Amino acid sequence: MATDNLELYEVFVRARRGLDHKHVGSLHAQDAEQALEYARDVYTRRSEGVSIWVVRSRDICASQEDDSESFYDPSDDKPYRHATYYQLPEAVNNM
Amino acid sequence: MMTPEQNFMRKIEAEEKIEPKDWMPESYRQNLIRQISQHAHSEVIGMQPEGNWITRAPSLRRKAVLLSKVQDEGGHGLYLYSATETLGVKRADLIAAMQSGEAKYASIFNYPTQTWADIGAIGWLVDGAAIVNQVSLQRTSYGPYSRAMIRICKEESFHQRQGYELMIALAHGSPEQKAMAQDALNRFYWPALMMFGPHDAESAHSAKSMTWKIKRETNDDLRQKFIDQTVPQIEFLGLEHPDKDLKWNAERGHYDSGEIDWAEFYNVINGNGHCNRQRVEHHIRAHEEGAWVRDAMTAYNAKQQAKTAEQRQAA
Ligand SMILES: [Fe+2]
Ligand SMILES: [Fe+2]
Repeated sequence: MATDNLELYEVFVRARRGLDHKHVGSLHAQDAEQALEYARDVYTRRSEGVSIWVVRSRDICASQEDDSESFYDPSDDKPYRHATYYQLPEAVNNM
Repeated sequence: MMTPEQNFMRKIEAEEKIEPKDWMPESYRQNLIRQISQHAHSEVIGMQPEGNWITRAPSLRRKAVLLSKVQDEGGHGLYLYSATETLGVKRADLIAAMQSGEAKYASIFNYPTQTWADIGAIGWLVDGAAIVNQVSLQRTSYGPYSRAMIRICKEESFHQRQGYELMIALAHGSPEQKAMAQDALNRFYWPALMMFGPHDAESAHSAKSMTWKIKRETNDDLRQKFIDQTVPQIEFLGLEHPDKDLKWNAERGHYDSGEIDWAEFYNVINGNGHCNRQRVEHHIRAHEEGAWVRDAMTAYNAKQQAKTAEQRQAA
């Protein structure tokens, strides 16, 4: 079967209740319902998950790897956003 | 066969998280909406007392730190509004309820920030108290709330440390600076204790919240933790403890403490704190002044969609 006219879906699986859904891979399917069934068959054959999300790949807006320097640059020179930046004496260092 | 209610309680008892699409009792949902949205409002309103000092921070370093902290609080508001929205409510309605006074936010933010030392006291004591509460809430039974708390706790760690570092600088500085630090401690200590809410016996929502594991520890237990951890921190600063009745109780392994002024607590909650009106008015003004941005975005969006539709027709 040709996959040309099938949609590409990204698959996200929640391993356990309480955890975030994590991206696990992608697959081709006719529609969302089929994508869910395929995802179950392909990505959770060993009970890897309790919940699956499928999202059409073309619906995902992604940042560009090439731009990442300028995109994330504003955070690079702000070490004071980290707790370790603040040196406290041993007696009170447990906060 | 288990009823949905029994299945829900089974998950709660097995320490499984409840997720948005699971069946849940209506009062569990309502309880969560109230608590999480109140938490979200607190993060956002909490930006005001600290924002008050951004332009007057004594050095560029302190200014950058404070700006970063206030930015974090805005982000925390977003995480929590999003978590509330998973329960099927609209953010606009939540915000309207806060602006009308129907929904509350933490009372502590109705106190004014009068001196620069207040910024230190807030980071140290107010964020410190919030962290005690939020660490406990990482284990709350509702998945999206729990995950928001885990994310927030990671970011909080610098908030308390920068506040305490500021307090060290003042408390170990000139006599005037030390007096300023003492004054800020005196004014913020008791309201920080009030952040944990009424005593367990008087707390309206506590019992049910504990059964459903929305809350994992009681108000009084959390408050005790905070009281105990704060004593050596005050000592290290060389400041006087504001609670004159504070005494180590070897039998309990905890500090006994003086009674909170509950009349003040209810007075501020019911709208009569120093800044209640100012906080809400400011929020409304900022919200209204930002309306044109939201309108512009909607207009731009409509134009873009029209353009795409045109192109599609032409193709
Ligand atoms: Fe926060
Ligand atoms: Fe904070």
